[in-house]
Amino acid sequence: MQKLLLLGDEAIAQGALDAGITGVYAYPGTPSTEITEYIQHSKTAKEKGIHCTWSANEKTAMEEAIGVSYTGRRALVCMKHVGLNVAADPFTNSAVTGANGGLVYLIADDPSMHSSQDEQDSRYYARFAQIPCLEPSNQQEAYDMIRYAFDLSEKLHTPVLFRVTTRLAHSRSGVELREARAQNEIKLDPNPKRFILLPANARVLYKELLGKQKSFEECALNDGFNRYEDGSDKSLGIIACGIGYNYLLENFADRKCPHPVLKVSQYPIPRASVKKMMEECGKVLVVEEGYPIYEELIRGYLDESGKILGRLDGTLPRDGELNPNLLAAALGLPKTTGEPIPDVVVARPPSLCNGCPHIDSYNALNEAMQDFGKGHVFADIGCYTLGALPPYNAIYSTVDMGASITMAKGAVDSGFAPAVAVIGDSTFTHSGMTGLLDAVNDKTPITVMILDNSTTGMTGGQDSAAFGKIESICMGLGVEKEHIRVIKPLKNHHEENVRIIKEEIAYQGVSVIVPRRECIQTAARHAKEAARAKAAAAKK
Amino acid sequence: MKKDIILAGVGGQGILSIATVIGRAAVANGMYLKQAEVHGMSQRGGDVQSHLRISTDPIASDLIPEGKADLIISVEPMESLRYLPMLHEGGWIITNTEPFKNVPNYPSDADLEAALKKVKNIVAFNAEAMAKEINAPRSANMVILGAATAQLGLPYEEFEKAVREIFANKGEEVVETNIKALALGREQAK
Repeated sequence: MQKLLLLGDEAIAQGALDAGITGVYAYPGTPSTEITEYIQHSKTAKEKGIHCTWSANEKTAMEEAIGVSYTGRRALVCMKHVGLNVAADPFTNSAVTGANGGLVYLIADDPSMHSSQDEQDSRYYARFAQIPCLEPSNQQEAYDMIRYAFDLSEKLHTPVLFRVTTRLAHSRSGVELREARAQNEIKLDPNPKRFILLPANARVLYKELLGKQKSFEECALNDGFNRYEDGSDKSLGIIACGIGYNYLLENFADRKCPHPVLKVSQYPIPRASVKKMMEECGKVLVVEEGYPIYEELIRGYLDESGKILGRLDGTLPRDGELNPNLLAAALGLPKTTGEPIPDVVVARPPSLCNGCPHIDSYNALNEAMQDFGKGHVFADIGCYTLGALPPYNAIYSTVDMGASITMAKGAVDSGFAPAVAVIGDSTFTHSGMTGLLDAVNDKTPITVMILDNSTTGMTGGQDSAAFGKIESICMGLGVEKEHIRVIKPLKNHHEENVRIIKEEIAYQGVSVIVPRRECIQTAARHAKEAARAKAAAAKK
Repeated sequence: MKKDIILAGVGGQGILSIATVIGRAAVANGMYLKQAEVHGMSQRGGDVQSHLRISTDPIASDLIPEGKADLIISVEPMESLRYLPMLHEGGWIITNTEPFKNVPNYPSDADLEAALKKVKNIVAFNAEAMAKEINAPRSANMVILGAATAQLGLPYEEFEKAVREIFANKGEEVVETNIKALALGREQAK
């Protein structure tokens, strides 16, 4: 079969296409974005009519996919780890309903917070909802395991959480493809009550879920993605989860570890394998790329065995992503390093692009806020979060998607005024609209700046669900028309923009200011595309 | 044969194109490859790096261990030094010397030059100026790659071939410009 050089994310996308999905449902979020983008650009996906447009947020995405599963067809849902917090309601309840058509939740975790506000470990969510969790160790496994995930979902009538971390998502390697299979036909679940979670039904379905737990562990033991590899030196055994397995093997010539290794890519980790290792090895090192979840479980609350090593006793760091050197240190192998970084090297943090419209918005906002002192601007998740850094130092909060508007409202409720919320167009339709409705209903005097760059910028310029709709949404929510002000974030509009912001801050009600100018990155891309189209047309 | 390469630069400088060319050449020669990239927030004008590993044997880790890299290929001088702890004792730095100054405390030209001179094995030259000479300011990354080709363990023709394939959809002119840039770098490093 064909071999392609694919990012982990792309291998997952191709795997899902070849596994016969009817749709992918997602909201952009690093490091998961490239999965949906790959399907959007796939010719076969287009020919087969596979759904792949972005959803407004992770919760709507997941519910739409549950609707696909309801009809007996397969759906993939993609999001970053914190997106699962937004989708937690359908997530946990769909564990109770179970799945009809194959239903896979691809959650991309970001240990070390390369592009995130926390490093939560989605395997906890799988345990919380009591559903199977898969975690491939490399790109080929990612490709193969996606098909397995859909099979497992259909066989055991359960959604499956498929966890990857940043390094696998954004690392490229050769992947051998298998023959693609067809989508499922529409076929409703034989149990007509499966998706009606009335308490009386839910109690029955929840017992069904509890009853499945044993088979989840049996599959993890027997289906080939967890492997007990023998080793002659039994003074130490190693439980290596996900890509931690690669970092372990990197430390040995020909990738041959002298210790017994339990390679884990499927959860729950089979107790039989853990028991075997505990019995035959002197110490057991638990390697997890994320929280020490299984380490804690294996230790038990009282940690009485005294033979477990991992993140909780400092053998590995308590936080951050792993790497081969950290594994070397845990194994007591000699440290390798080159020359130190010379003093002339200074930090180069990310910054807003030259020509970015947010620069002009922040310059105007900073001037308008001058007289109020510090702490009055609440921001949100997106490129404009970089407004926290010099030279702007313009914002004082960034907590989660949509929290700018609601935190500004809370501050005013508490007597701290004025309060300005800064939120992007895509973030506004993701989670800002409901908070704005709260403010309208309470007539809370806040000023909401919806920075409309007509795209989801931070993740690379995906279509924004808000496009062309912001004023009508705000009016629909009850913001007064004369207090919805559209401005042009450009240098030569600076004075006017400062004046308008000041006017709206002075207004004792809800006002919305929309600085509107396209993202400099997507604008350049669109100009290039237009030029290319023009050249192609001229050729004809 | 195994080469562990750190590619360094600032977001938007085209280090991923370098990775694509090396990767294409390696895979065409039946080698294994792993390449860890940086996407997301740090792409916006921040420092970016990619770990590129090619080998005739299967590769375990997506990340190169510290102190084990054979090469640092950098399109920006200060960035080339950021990854010195990654380089093993006999490893080389191939870097562009044209600075990308987007931070207020960027080191002075003299300090930076002195720091580069302290590196034992280094090829440093202004690839941007050379690319401009052939009217291809955006091909500085290919000039730098050209300078690195001698150390990558594959015949030079393989890189030419990869450049042709990768830029093919951008037209013959773009292909030839990049081939020329590659050759300039190769000459410079000789």
